[in-house]
Parts: sequence; structure tokens; C-alpha cells
Amino acid sequence: MSGYGRTQDASSRHDARNVTLLWLLASAIMTPIVVFVFGPHLPPGHGSNEAAGQVMDNTVLLATATPIALGVLVFIAYSLWAFREREPHLQADGAALRGNSSVQFWWIVATTTVALSLSGYGITRLLETGAGGGQGPEPIALPPHASSALQVQVIAQQWQFTYRWPSFGGVETREIELPAHTLIEFNVTSLDVIHSFWAYQLGVKADANPGINNIAYVTTRGPLAFEVRCAELCGVWHGYMYNGGQVVPRAAFASWIARERLRYAPATRNLTPYSKTYFPEPQRRAG
Amino acid sequence: MSGYAKRAVGTAIVTAAVVAAVVLYVALYLTNVPGSVAATSTRAGAQLYLATVPEAERSDPHPTWVSFYAVNATAGDWRHVTTYEVPANSLVRMTIYQFDSPSGLRNPFISQVAGTVGGVMTLDGKVTRAIPPEAASHAFAIPQLGISVPLEGVEEEAKNACEHAPCSLANAHRTISFVIHTPGKGLYRWQCFVPCAAGFIQGFGGPMQTVGYMGGFLKVV
Repeated sequence: MSGYGRTQDASSRHDARNVTLLWLLASAIMTPIVVFVFGPHLPPGHGSNEAAGQVMDNTVLLATATPIALGVLVFIAYSLWAFREREPHLQADGAALRGNSSVQFWWIVATTTVALSLSGYGITRLLETGAGGGQGPEPIALPPHASSALQVQVIAQQWQFTYRWPSFGGVETREIELPAHTLIEFNVTSLDVIHSFWAYQLGVKADANPGINNIAYVTTRGPLAFEVRCAELCGVWHGYMYNGGQVVPRAAFASWIARERLRYAPATRNLTPYSKTYFPEPQRRAG
Repeated sequence: MSGYAKRAVGTAIVTAAVVAAVVLYVALYLTNVPGSVAATSTRAGAQLYLATVPEAERSDPHPTWVSFYAVNATAGDWRHVTTYEVPANSLVRMTIYQFDSPSGLRNPFISQVAGTVGGVMTLDGKVTRAIPPEAASHAFAIPQLGISVPLEGVEEEAKNACEHAPCSLANAHRTISFVIHTPGKGLYRWQCFVPCAAGFIQGFGGPMQTVGYMGGFLKVV
């Protein structure tokens, strides 16, 4: 090896050490800030156990991404500074680019480890309670005491959500109120096209498909105002397909549902028997 | 004038023309809003007359589509408008002349009147809280305000049925009246909830997916 080669290798090692030290320093400072300062404020908030779980998931993802992003930024910043052209009047080629099998090997090991770890984490979290997502008609991620959950049927149609309560005489309501500190089983279906029931602050999102019962679980916490939106483009008034909901103390919920049963008694008499899905008739004018 | 100056002037003219065209397009887009019909003022409050018909006027771009109209039925004045202007924080009496036959509701829940004063409507003069779901021809609903009124259809075999707008009160029809209390100023969309679009998938295409037929806005001013 020539003397020039040895000098260049020593310089490379020096640069690698500098970049690594700067990266470790930046990561040591920024990662705790991301976890402890930004983490608690990440969406969708702490309105339910599932929403709080999603905040934790987002924090884990951000904490993992922070050192990776810092690695890229530190390398770019260091390169701009350390490898700048110091003698612009000289017209000379830079150092030759060479492959480095050691760097390539560890790059593959590191990225594979990160990807597989996050994948494992995601699968584990999904299998715990479903993470607030729709699990189809036969959910496999059952929360404890799932059989005693309060059932709420979400009926989507162009363009509004209504809610049916099998535990309360099968009454259907326009509004939704939920009791605090209660396990809820949402049974989501549609009467026409594909919609999606997205209760943002509760951390629930489940597609509403015609003829399918899509089940999602959520455990409410304290009183909360939440928003329900359709998250599937479903026609001309899709943007208006939303309504608000409330998580209220259990006594307040009992009063509310009693009032709703009285209020919608005439409609309840006209309803078809409660079912997990509906294939509504008539469709006299359908093409 | 030198060649350079000519090119500069030409470039400036073309640039100005392009900018003017873009500004004109944006201005026309921003100011092009659907026409509206204002509720008439009476001693009893604001009053709005609407009608539903099985088919629009023959001169309409979609003459076979079902549609709402704003009407002065006695004067024979029919306007194909679905944006209705009403005063804020007021009682507004709405009367809908229903000339169409039943389609039936996909969700029987909508068979109940909701959000009107007293939770009722009058159907041909009779106070009504709900109708048989299969008898519904259309609905007038403003989901944001919790207002929903099912509109019962005329009998399939009714004599003298109206085929297309404009209709006459001599044609078979139902008269539905109700009163709503308007909220503060704002734009609230309304729609029909009956799958009444003949010939479209599940009856929910065409006029149900096009503002100006079975949906529009309540402009509260």
C-alpha cells in the first residue's frame, strides 16, 4: 500500500469516528426529547385504552426513526463541512469511490434488524386487543371479558352513520354516547357502498362493508367528546359524513339511552329485527 | 425597434394574456355558485315551498332524473334549484308537494320524523310522526341538524299522476308540511335518503350523486 493510501485510510477512519460520535451525541440528546416531550402529545390522544396504545406505538416508531433520521442528517452535515472544496482553483478529481463490504454487511444487518423488530412489535400489538382496528366478523384479538362488552352496531349509509343498540330493545339512534370505563364492541356494517367508521379520539377505525359485520373493540376512559368521520371516499357527500359523540359517566349514559328509546319509539316499531348485517329491500328503482 | 425589443414585448404580451386568463378562470370558479331561492316572508314567519317530481323538465340536461324543485305551485312558477335561503334563528315552515310514487327506505329508521318542531309533520293535513318505510318516496334530511322528514309517495296506480316537472296541484300528490327552527348562519347540506335514482346501482347514482337534484344546501343567513 502506498503512503498516500495509508493517509487516506487514516483520514477515513477519522471521519467515520467523528460522524459516529456526532450521531451518538445527537441521538442521545434528541431521542429522550422525542420520547418524553413530544411522545405524550402524539395523536390520537388518550381517549381510550386503544388510543393510548396507539400513542405509545407512534412514540416507539418515532423513537426508532429519530436515530435513523439523525444518522442521515449528521452524515450530510458532516460531509458538507468536512469534504467541502478547500482549494476551488484546483481542478482535481476527488478520492476514488470504493466498495466496502464491511459497511454493506452491517448496513444490511442493521436495517433488517430494525424492520423485523418493528414488524414483530406491530404484530404483537395487533394480537393483544386489535389496536382499535376492525377485525372482521370473527376477531382473533379478543380483549379480556369480550363476551360482556357493550355491543353497539354502527350502520353506515350514504351519507350518515346511525347506531343500533341490541342491549336496549334494538333502538336505533342518530347520535352516539358511550359509558365511561367500559369495553365496547362495535359491529360495523353498511347498507350500500363501502364506508369506514373512524372515531378518531377513541382510536377506532373499521371499514363498513355491505353484508359484512366488522368488529372492533375499544375500552373507554373518562368523559370525552369524540368525532366520527367516514374514511372511505363514498360519494358526493362523503366530506359531510360525520357526527360527534360523547363518552359520559355510566349514569348519564343510562339516562341518555332511556330518553333515546322513548324518542325513537315510532321508528323502532318500523325497524327490521336486529341482525349483524342487512340486505335491505326494496330496491325498486335500482338498475 | 430591435429584434430583442420585439421579442421582449411579445413575451410580455403573451405572459400578461396567460396571467389574465388564469385570473379570470379562478375568479369565475370562485364566484360560480349554484343559484338559490329565498324563503318567502309571511306574518307567520318564513315559508318555503318545494316539490318532488319523478322526472325533471323535458328541457333539463337530465330529463329522466328525479328531482326537487322550488315552487310557487299556485302561480305555476317552478325553479330547478336546490339551495334554499332561510333566516337564521327563526321558525321556517316548509311545504313539500310530493308527486312521485314510493321507492321504500333502505333504512326503516328514517321513516320517523325527526328534528322538526314537535317532532311531527302534517301529511295531507294529518299530524304524523312516522310513515310505513315501504311507502316512502323521498326524504328531506339535514343530517348536521338532526332533521329528517320522510315523504310518502302517491299510489302507484294513482290517476292523473304527474310524469315530469312542472306539475300541477291537480295532479295526484301528497302535501307534507313541517316547521324547523333554523340554527345560526351557515351552509348546511340536505339530501334525500331514499334510493330513488331509477336505473342506477342500488338506486343511488345519478340524481342522488349530483348536487341540484336530490340534494343541495340550506343557506342560513
